[in-house]
Amino acid sequence: MRSTSIMIVGVGGQGTLLTSRILGNVGISTGADVKVSEVHGMSQRGGSVVTYVKMGEKVNSPIIEKGEADILLCFEELEALRWIDYAKKDASIIINTQRIDPMPVITGKAKYPENIIEKIKAEYQNVAAVPALELAKAAGSIKAVNVVMIGVLAKRTEIPEDTWIDVIRKTVKPQFVDINIEAFRKGYAL
Amino acid sequence: MKKLMLGNEAIARGVYEAGATVATAYPGTPSTEITEYIARYDEIYSEWSPNEKVALEVAIGASVGGARSTCAMKHVGLNVAADPLFTAAYTGVNGGLVIFVADDPGMHSSQNEQDTRIIARAAKVPVLEPSDSQECRDFTREAFRISEEFDTPVIVRLTTRVAHSQGLVELGERENVPLKPYAKDPGKYVMMPAMARKRHVVVEERLARLAEFSDTTTLNRIEWGDRKIGVITSGIAYQYAKEAFGNASFLKLGMVYPLPEKLIREFAANVETIYVIEELEPFIENNCLRMGIEVKGKALLPLIGEYSASLIRERVLGQKQEKLNSINEEIPVRPPVMCAGCPHRGIFYLLKKLKLNVTGDIGCYTLGALSPLESLDTCVCMGASIGMAHGMEKAMGKDTARKTVAVIGDSTFIHSGITGLIDIVYNKGTSTVIILDNSTTGMTGHQDNPATGFTIKGEPTRQVDLVKLCQAVGVDRVRVCDPFDLAETERIIKEEIAADEPSVVISQRPCALLKNVKFNGVLKINTEKCTKCRMCMRLGCPAIVDRGTHVEVDPALCTGCDLCTKVCRFNAFERLGGENA
Ligand SMILES: Cc1ncc(C[n+]2csc(CCOP(=O)(O)OP(=O)(O)O)c2C)c(N)n1
Ligand code: SF4
Ligand code: SF4
Repeated sequence: MRSTSIMIVGVGGQGTLLTSRILGNVGISTGADVKVSEVHGMSQRGGSVVTYVKMGEKVNSPIIEKGEADILLCFEELEALRWIDYAKKDASIIINTQRIDPMPVITGKAKYPENIIEKIKAEYQNVAAVPALELAKAAGSIKAVNVVMIGVLAKRTEIPEDTWIDVIRKTVKPQFVDINIEAFRKGYAL
Repeated sequence: MKKLMLGNEAIARGVYEAGATVATAYPGTPSTEITEYIARYDEIYSEWSPNEKVALEVAIGASVGGARSTCAMKHVGLNVAADPLFTAAYTGVNGGLVIFVADDPGMHSSQNEQDTRIIARAAKVPVLEPSDSQECRDFTREAFRISEEFDTPVIVRLTTRVAHSQGLVELGERENVPLKPYAKDPGKYVMMPAMARKRHVVVEERLARLAEFSDTTTLNRIEWGDRKIGVITSGIAYQYAKEAFGNASFLKLGMVYPLPEKLIREFAANVETIYVIEELEPFIENNCLRMGIEVKGKALLPLIGEYSASLIRERVLGQKQEKLNSINEEIPVRPPVMCAGCPHRGIFYLLKKLKLNVTGDIGCYTLGALSPLESLDTCVCMGASIGMAHGMEKAMGKDTARKTVAVIGDSTFIHSGITGLIDIVYNKGTSTVIILDNSTTGMTGHQDNPATGFTIKGEPTRQVDLVKLCQAVGVDRVRVCDPFDLAETERIIKEEIAADEPSVVISQRPCALLKNVKFNGVLKINTEKCTKCRMCMRLGCPAIVDRGTHVEVDPALCTGCDLCTKVCRFNAFERLGGENA
């Protein structure tokens, strides 16, 4: 199979861990070798967090480096900008149009960059800006932002929709299955 | 069947399959999940111990008692457990004893970057080092076998990227390992000089046998490829080297102490240029140099931080990755912050307001050192806050003590703060210690501890009574406060720092992320009432955002903890209501 490197970037607490787990399990169900690298601990307290999902015939290094990501899944605009160098030139870049100010911006010591999406679009052809927070709210829970994002990503792969839904069903807690599948569909429909 | 597993989860699986029955630990990133996963197996007794020293002692006891047992910790935890470790190397084991130690190159969540291989060598304990989740499971099983065959504790060394990466693991069945018979054997287990002298001889003989074993075990293997370049490597560095060097020849070490000297010589004799690729200390490299084998390692690659395939390509092979875009934006950093609703925020707001010297400790509250709270002056190791406050008083005098407090979390106080407090009482100090009791071990992901009243399995147990404990060691002034009652807490802190005797303030309020914590609903700022004085900005709550023209509350982040309502003099914060509430 073609090897795929997916990088997920966001802010601690946005549910990127669950996202990487779902992506990893989808990878396995296609018969690929899979590695997922997560971050636990300090940076989960509202810091910048990055997780990597790599699949292919044989995966060695669990981490993705500059210019290597086929897909950059960004949960927040500033984080998209911070990690943009990791995307391949033709990478699929999916950005949740949510803005979470980091403490230096909150306290006025730094400025939040303007027009992030436009700047990225000027350099990369394959950029999707997604109002995932609104879509998640419409699906029934603002916590489902991550699954909306997975839906958008899924549409850009060759893996069938049913495989994704199946994995989501098996990975999330039973009481949240319906909301999450609804959220996935909203992302997939974009 | 193959399953996608975190390195730490695969370790737990290996422990289960090896038939172990006792597992202990004190949490610490990146080792914590090992024991959280072990706790899911009913066949294994598991516990959070008060600290790593106790954890290792319990595991040693279980081993002497005949059980296969384990102990897990982060790298700095091994410093705390070093005392039992160095002598357990002398006593050896009865049931297999395997110690998991997770290093943190790059310091994702640590205060230093020490290399466990150095301590293990000093303690004369063999070390295995897995490079992916499958090896985590396999090496764990092998570690128990080595432990029993050679009568020694064995360390399995992990690093963050192995512990916290998921990979596919082929599972096996659990071995049924009966308890080994317990027999009194003072010559082996009572380490006083006469016995220890004999045991030291045994230790040195054992190391020589382990070195021979290292030459023959399949844990160490050669992968022949192009013989122009030979790479000696282990652990996660092997994965990076595989990507960077492609078809070179590899000597992949799974047992890194003692090193397989014959195998290294054989490898070296058959390749032209040898690179040693290892993160942190030049452990393998120095050994090769000592053997007279010319290798290149730290001359090209750093002693500091994590490696990666591209770092190796750049430094060793001279291939640099070009930047693919022309975006050159100034990007603000995003440091971690205390959560919205964090109980620690009230205390640090006050400590800054009162302009106190604050000796700090390790936990979520260490974040009180960052802007805008900026009120924590020191952080060295767990428990250090109390001893350091006492030391400052003895050096700088009592007037300093009246402007100084030590802050320490509940888990950290139990871990190694109690002895410091006893020191203050015993040696006539007058320091004030604030125990930040948030009913959990927050920083490492919310583990229970002796002060929470629950075990690792979530079963209710006798809870340490912090008030009585402090009184029992001789602190007469023990006060309890709610850190969100700012006025009352400020009054108590002022009284206690002024007192001419030791005092403890226990700040009680649960961590905002605990399941049973409920607040009153999200707030907003009434722009009519807000005078833009920005007092609330001093709290450093991530939900309160300065938009330049005005200040607003981010409803997606606000917990409704109401702390801001207590610093706003114009009652500008109001309940939002509606569907976001
Ligand atoms: C010797 C040692 N063991 C473990 C750790 C990892 N660690 C850092 S802070 C912490 C405990 C924090 O709990 P607590 O003191 O209750 O503070 P909280 O994070 O809940 O505010 C642990 C276990 C460490 N840094 N050093
Ligand atoms: S996890 Fe709990 S203790 Fe830690 S910063 Fe968040 S609210 Fe505070
Ligand atoms: S905005 Fe106020 S109520 Fe909301 S989390 Fe921050 S301090 Fe608490």
